[in-house]
Parts: sequence; structure tokens; C-alpha cells
Amino acid sequence: MTVPGAVATDAITVAQLTNEAKAVLEGAFPKLWVKGEVSGLKIYPSGHWYFTLKDATSQIQCTVWKNSTFRIPAKPTEGMQVVALGQLGVWAAKGQMQFTVTAIEAEGEGLWKKQFDETRAALERAGLLDPARKRRLPRFPRTVAVITSTEGAALQDIKSVLRRRNPGVHIVVIPAVVQGEGAPESLGAALARLDRWVRGEAEWAGPAPEAPDVLIIGRGGGSREDLWAFNHELVARAIAACPVPTISAVGHETDVTIADLVADVRAATPSVAAETAVPVLDDVRLLVAKLGGVMADGLQDRIAVGARELQRRAEALSQRARRVVERRRARADQVVARLVQRAPQLIERRRALLRQWAGRIDALSPLAVLGRGFAVARGLDGAALGRRGAFAPGTIFDLLLQDGRVRATADSVHTDAPHLRRDVLK
Amino acid sequence: MTFEQTLARLEEIAAALDRDDLPLEQALTLFEEGIVRLREATAALSDAEGKVKTLLEQAGGVFEAKE
Repeated sequence: MTVPGAVATDAITVAQLTNEAKAVLEGAFPKLWVKGEVSGLKIYPSGHWYFTLKDATSQIQCTVWKNSTFRIPAKPTEGMQVVALGQLGVWAAKGQMQFTVTAIEAEGEGLWKKQFDETRAALERAGLLDPARKRRLPRFPRTVAVITSTEGAALQDIKSVLRRRNPGVHIVVIPAVVQGEGAPESLGAALARLDRWVRGEAEWAGPAPEAPDVLIIGRGGGSREDLWAFNHELVARAIAACPVPTISAVGHETDVTIADLVADVRAATPSVAAETAVPVLDDVRLLVAKLGGVMADGLQDRIAVGARELQRRAEALSQRARRVVERRRARADQVVARLVQRAPQLIERRRALLRQWAGRIDALSPLAVLGRGFAVARGLDGAALGRRGAFAPGTIFDLLLQDGRVRATADSVHTDAPHLRRDVLK
Repeated sequence: MTFEQTLARLEEIAAALDRDDLPLEQALTLFEEGIVRLREATAALSDAEGKVKTLLEQAGGVFEAKE
């Protein structure tokens, strides 16, 4: 039996050759770390990465499949010295050796640091790390939203601390995948749900819970890789845009993530986040009672002050009133005294005036002329008959004289009379 | 008014009543309001048990708060 391809009549196909070569290479080389310089990194729409790893004399084609890329925190830059973990094989389509990479570490501080710094710088440029953006947490939240994994210990810690401090607080958990592939997207989706909920844009099956006053987002401790989703720019931006104040709680005290930098408050652990989020119910009750006391005391003091003020004013008022009355009485006494003094003089002046007026009235009286020898004719009805027209032949009238009366009868009426001599025109 | 606003108002009223220069008439009005707010705040601090719910998004984007 000959080996396939040993003779021309037994030639193998190219595919057979490359597949055979692949099997041999994969069998001969375990997964191993290779160091070199990154060159020509290309990311295809499919999500796979392709680049060349090279040194002074050699190069090897490298591939990172999409489902491995999430383990690599940052895209290596051109010329970067890295160590890549991968499997040597054959790329059949090109007939090339290929190194399938599943992890990359930069030398020195590493790719994690690089990505962290890059994201941080991008957020800083966008103004999202400005301390002035930090919102004050509500002092007395009624509903706390929690974005974390439903499987982690963090959720249990948060729930039990919230319950212990304030059994009346409502908790709404928005589940998210917090590590591994798709974690940033899952956290982003949870934040988007919170946003729709708070803005009232969500449609609910059943009654909608009361909108949250504050958000706790985080997870328990883990490796740098486990916590990495909280360094993702997508997550950071969603936290920054969160419509309610945010508390981040990622890992332990020493782990600081980008999410921590963006959140309004960073809590060292999930338990601390819960403590920060709500006050102890009994403390709040005490505060309310104290405020009631301050109010009552304040009012009582105010009333006492008012009463003293009132008394003082009443006293001042009565003193003033007494003074006013005394002054008036003195003035009245003066006026009376002056009147009494001047009374005879005044009475005499009035009398003189009276006499003067009486004289004048006398002179004007028609009866006064009788005394001077004139007579007045008066009808039987008592009306003075001063003109010719009042008389007709036979009119009976009285003629009043200064010492009596003559009843007379008109004989005839004439227009001429001695005292009207000038009246010849008639 | 949220509990937070109620409490803030209560603190404002208490601070105002603590001053001596407030006209008595105004002090009485504030005190009356304070009593109402105090009742509201106390009622909000009842022993009612808070609920724990999980927010889920069903197919079609409809939200559900499951206990």
C-alpha cells in the first residue's frame, strides 16, 4: 500500500493536502503564546479580526474570531509589541499557515490599561467626567432600581441591606449579563429599559411600578476580565445618560472602573451602594418627629413673643390715650374760660347788630309810609290794590290810614292824575 | 408631592417657625401647613412592606414587572 500522492496516478487534491497539513500542525502544536509586532490589523464586517504578527525575519497570519474578540480589551495598534495566545493551523483557502488567536496581551502596562485610558479620554472629551455633572442622590428614595445579574451574590447583598435599612422601599431589578460575551450590550439594554420606564415611554403588561428615584448598577468581585464590561464606553455613556441619579458598585474596594467614574456616586461594594441609596427608616421617622417638635416649639415661642409684644403695646397705648385725654380736657377748660370772659361783650355786639337791622327793616316797611300821610288801598280779601286795573266802578275796598280805615266804593277809574302829569302820552 | 419634597417643605417650615421675626399670622398659617405635611410624611413612613419586582421585556417590547 502506497502513501496517497506517492505516484502521479494517485495524486491527492489541494483540499486533501491542506486539510492533512492542518491536522498535522494542530496535532503537533498545542495552544501557545507567541510574541511579535502587530501589523495591518483589519476588522471585517463579520466581526472577525485579521492581522500579521511579525519580527525582523518572519511573519505569521493571525485571525481572531468574533466570539473571541470580547476577551481582548482593546484593538492592538500598528507596531505594538504583543504576546498572543493561539493555535497554529492552516488557512485552506489561501494555503497559508494561520495562527488563530484567542487572547492578546500587550507588553508593559497592557492592553487593558490602554483601552481604559482611551475610553476615559473619550469620555473626558465628551465632558462626561466633569465633576459638575454629578447629581445629588435623593435623600429618601421610595423605589430603587438595580441593574445586575440575577445570579450573582451582589443582588442578594443589595436586597438584604435595603430591606434591613428600610423595609418599605420598593426594589425593581433589571437583569443584565454582567460578564463575558455580550455583557456590555446587555448592560446597555438594561439601562435603555430603565430610561424608557422613567420617561414613561414603555408599554406595560399589567400595572407599571412607581418610577425609581435612584439606580444601583454593579456586580460582585471578579477578575479584571470579569469586570471588564463596566469599562466599556457603551455602558459608561448609558450610565451618564441615565435619567435618575446613579450609584455604581463594581467588584471590591480596589476595583475602579469607567462606570465608577461616570456614575454620580461610586460605592466600594454592592452592600455599600445599598447603604448609600437609602437611609435607615427609623432615622427618618426620628427626623420627622423632630421636625414636628421644632415646629411646635417655634410656634409656641412665637406666640409668647407675640403676647409680650401685645402687652407692651397695650400699655404704651393706654399711656398715650391718657395723655391725649388730659391734653384735650385742658384745652376745653381754656376755651370755656375765654368764652365766659368774653360773653357780655359778645352779647352786646349782637344786640347792637339786631337794633341796626330792626331799624333798617322798619324803614322798608310799607306801613311806615302811612305815618307820612299816605294811604293804602286794600281789597276785601286783604290784597293791596296798587294799580288802576284793580279797580272798577263799584269796587268796594278799604283805605288804610295811619290812624284807621275807611270803607270806600270806587266811583270811576281814570288814567289822568295830578302825580302823572308827565304821563300825557296816554 | 413626593416624600422627598414633603420632607424638604417640613424642614423649611420648621426653620421659618424657629425664627422670631415671622409675623404671627404667617406663623400660624405655616404651622397649619406643617401639620398637614407632618401627617403626610408620617403616613408615608408606615410599616408597609416594600415590594421586590423584576423588570422583564417581553417579545414586542412590552414591559412586565414580575414579583
